[in-house]
Amino acid sequence: MMADETTEEKLAEKPEAKAAERRQPGRTVASRRLALTLIAGLLAVLGLAIVAQVNTRNTDEDLQGARQEDLVRILGDLDSRQERLRSELAALEDSKRQLTSGAQGKEAALAAARSRADELGILAGTLPATGTGLEIEFRAGTQPVTASTVLDAVEELRGAGAEAMQIGGATGGTVRIVAQTYFVDDGAGIIVDGVKLGAPFTVSVIGDPQTMRAALNIPGGVVDMVRRVDGTVVIRQPGEVRVTSLRQAVSAKYARPVS
Amino acid sequence: MIAVLALLAGMVLGLVLEPTVPVGLQPYLPIAVVAALDALFGGLRAKLNKVFDDRQFIISFVSNVLVAGFIVFLGDQLGVGGQLATGVVVVLGVRIFSNVAAIRRHFFKA
Repeated sequence: MMADETTEEKLAEKPEAKAAERRQPGRTVASRRLALTLIAGLLAVLGLAIVAQVNTRNTDEDLQGARQEDLVRILGDLDSRQERLRSELAALEDSKRQLTSGAQGKEAALAAARSRADELGILAGTLPATGTGLEIEFRAGTQPVTASTVLDAVEELRGAGAEAMQIGGATGGTVRIVAQTYFVDDGAGIIVDGVKLGAPFTVSVIGDPQTMRAALNIPGGVVDMVRRVDGTVVIRQPGEVRVTSLRQAVSAKYARPVS
Repeated sequence: MIAVLALLAGMVLGLVLEPTVPVGLQPYLPIAVVAALDALFGGLRAKLNKVFDDRQFIISFVSNVLVAGFIVFLGDQLGVGGQLATGVVVVLGVRIFSNVAAIRRHFFKA
């Protein structure tokens, strides 16, 4: 309002008093100079202010000049963006966890399957085995050592926790003893799984030595029976027993695993 | 002539010194600048009409700036600072346009 008046006044008033006001004869040179200096100073300040304001605008971040509704919209955008990124992060974390646990599970399953395959291989006689155990030699006396004696010995050893066994004769090599192994008398020797072994026989067995030795030595047991026919049973305990002869794995013809 | 030189000198000074506007003054400076520009164009028009009065120019310049600043301040206090600032800028803009139109008519007779 007031600003309006001043300029209007200037514009409206001046044309009439033009001649009188122009030179302003009543005013001194010094006062005119002062006025000029003031004008110059004001304009200098104006120029400074313009540049300062423009600079401030330019250096300002965009947000400072933004209106309130714009700021609200920007804030909303950022919020929804953050929400989106957060859910994306959660999904990625989830899949990462799944992948790592999956890899771990796969590894564990593989290790378990491997150790199970080892166990089953030893049990089925398809893998060589080594460990603490006994070597038991059956020497015949007046009568040959019968297949049933050897079978008794094998059963006793199994009962005592034997994990792998093989039997060797003076002739015929060694045969791995597994669940299906059979023993048949054949004169002075025996036939084990179709292999003819000559006396004396040596059974190599892996298991707890003390338990197996006790099982063989019980009264009326294997050692007793062999001695009754004047034979001898020599039980040695080497530091490490090796059961190296293998048996071909047979795949089941009829049986299928239940799964 | 001196006025134009002073204006340029102020601008150069601002470019060289790169002053930062104090936070308390930030809402008022743009309006004050526009008001000062209004006074400047009014003075220019008066000069071309040969009715320029230095005293009046100084007073109108200062009062324009002060009143514009005061209106914005008042608007801020009342909670309508933005709207009031817009109104002041519109009014001053209209006046600057009319002053510039007068100056243009003086130069081009059109």
